[in-house]
Amino acid sequence: MFQFSEEKLQQAQKIIARYPEGKQKSALIPLLHLAQEEAGGWLDVPVMDYVASLLSIEPIEVYEVATFYTMFNLKPVGKHVFEVCQTGPCMLRGSDDIISYIKEKLNIGPGETTPDGMFTLKTVECLGACGYAPMMQLGKTYREHLTREKIDQIIEECRRQVAVNN
Amino acid sequence: MGRKLLLDKIGIEGIKYFDAYRKNGGYRALEKALKMSPDEIVEEVKKSGLRGRGGAGFPTGMKWSFLAKPEGVPRYLVCNADESEPGTFKDRYLMEHIPHLLIEGLLISSYALGSNKTFIYIRGEYAWIVDILEQAIEEARQHNFLGKNILGTGFDCEIYVQRGAGAYICGEETALIESLEGKRGNPRIKPPFPAVKGLWDCPTVVNNVETLAAVVPIINIGGEEYAKIGVGRSTGTKLISACGNINKPGVYEIDMTITVEEFIFSDEYCGGIANGKRLKACIPGGSSVPILPANLLLKTAKGEPRYMNYESLSDGGFQTGTMMGSGGFIVLDEDQCVVRHTLTLARFYRHESCGQCSPCREGTGWMEKILHKIEYGKGTMRDIDLLWEIQSKIEGNTICPLGDAAAWPVAAAIRHFRDEFEWHVTHPEEALKRNYGLAHYADERAVVAQ
Repeated sequence: MFQFSEEKLQQAQKIIARYPEGKQKSALIPLLHLAQEEAGGWLDVPVMDYVASLLSIEPIEVYEVATFYTMFNLKPVGKHVFEVCQTGPCMLRGSDDIISYIKEKLNIGPGETTPDGMFTLKTVECLGACGYAPMMQLGKTYREHLTREKIDQIIEECRRQVAVNN
Repeated sequence: MGRKLLLDKIGIEGIKYFDAYRKNGGYRALEKALKMSPDEIVEEVKKSGLRGRGGAGFPTGMKWSFLAKPEGVPRYLVCNADESEPGTFKDRYLMEHIPHLLIEGLLISSYALGSNKTFIYIRGEYAWIVDILEQAIEEARQHNFLGKNILGTGFDCEIYVQRGAGAYICGEETALIESLEGKRGNPRIKPPFPAVKGLWDCPTVVNNVETLAAVVPIINIGGEEYAKIGVGRSTGTKLISACGNINKPGVYEIDMTITVEEFIFSDEYCGGIANGKRLKACIPGGSSVPILPANLLLKTAKGEPRYMNYESLSDGGFQTGTMMGSGGFIVLDEDQCVVRHTLTLARFYRHESCGQCSPCREGTGWMEKILHKIEYGKGTMRDIDLLWEIQSKIEGNTICPLGDAAAWPVAAAIRHFRDEFEWHVTHPEEALKRNYGLAHYADERAVVAQ
């Protein structure tokens, strides 16, 4: 059964304490972020049920929120998720080329994960980095002013990171 | 150089942190405000003429004066940092570089409105900015500018940062409140307005980041002085985030007296069109506002220069004008395809529609499909008319403004670039290989030379 580590549980309780009595449901989105971090990047049903029990709400209240927001993954993703923006301002600065280059390099399409479970490619809509386009989100960071060379470097960097962690 | 009120200290080393911010006049406005009565602060903001910087441009002081104050019911201030309108990245810049300006503005505004618990609702993707804001909050607390009994005045205020999780619609204030309550971001039917029934059914004010930051200079120099900057009902300064095919993309603070031409071509701002190309079109206020071809962008239909302010940008209505919106300034050079650009925006709105209202839920999907068909050489003339018809049936028929926001870019693209859409239909093979280029009316040099 999934449950938060001691550290995450403390963080969760601190968040819940922000809201007035009886309004603990307000903590749902912050808690789902914590849960997704802890559960390997995606929200399986038992994970969502656990969050529901922490907040004393019905599981369906968690499912309807988790399915609404783009940042919550409802199926497994790779260790590194490339979320490449494809909206107008990025398109004007060459995001189409960046997306096709990543597809070619990793041999996967948007929404797919490499067979080794290392990379997932997602196309996303505007992330608020239009002046630094083309760009993508990688974990908690933004990678901006992307070029083919930078994509090569980022892929290398991710591979090295995984090698160190293993 | 135009006057700067928000980004004037941006170059100072360490301004991101409390010490440098304080040394350079930071938190003086808060000290001053705490000696005033809440009503006096609201009065200053009214006098300043400040208008909401998130896109709608509604007078902030008036919005504040609508706040209901029933006995024994808490009131809330919520800062809208869910910046998601394509082309807009100004709030991010402000929060990343000078977070204390926002915190100070929030504290003054919380005091004015009587909010003891204030929330910053920030888009989920800006994860690292949460850390920056939380550090600023802790620094402010250490110096007793935040928390219990601030500066011994008896005023308590906590500020919490709450992350969203990827939903453009949560920038709409009632959807934001729903999301803050832990629900899907479905906008509410108004009335009741948040000022009466907002967060947890309590009276609530929701303001944009830039709006709340602007409260600091308003208190520092006084509402009357602030109102002297700018022109007409466009008072004060505005942050513009410029992007697309220009030499110097970035965030600029303007006083609203400069022309669009100066903004695009002068080295102080965008530095001209990138790669020596010519200007084709521009969406000056975030993706929702109408696109204009170069000629109508630089000059109004009456042939007068167009200025970077609320009134001038909307001169001519939607027939020949556009809107100031959020200040997300997107520039297209001569090589860009208006059909393809509009397709990406249609896809954006289809993706972001919350699905509550059928005209928006279904209409945004239909528009994307038809635009896709035209862009990929499978469109017919009838499709262009159909596209027009669909957008006209979304506009005004939805609970929230996302429907309008989705309809307007499509309408304006057809209105001003119909020849380009028709060319895609009549030259499907060629349209796959090259872009249409400049329409005769979109050559800004011809316009400027007149």
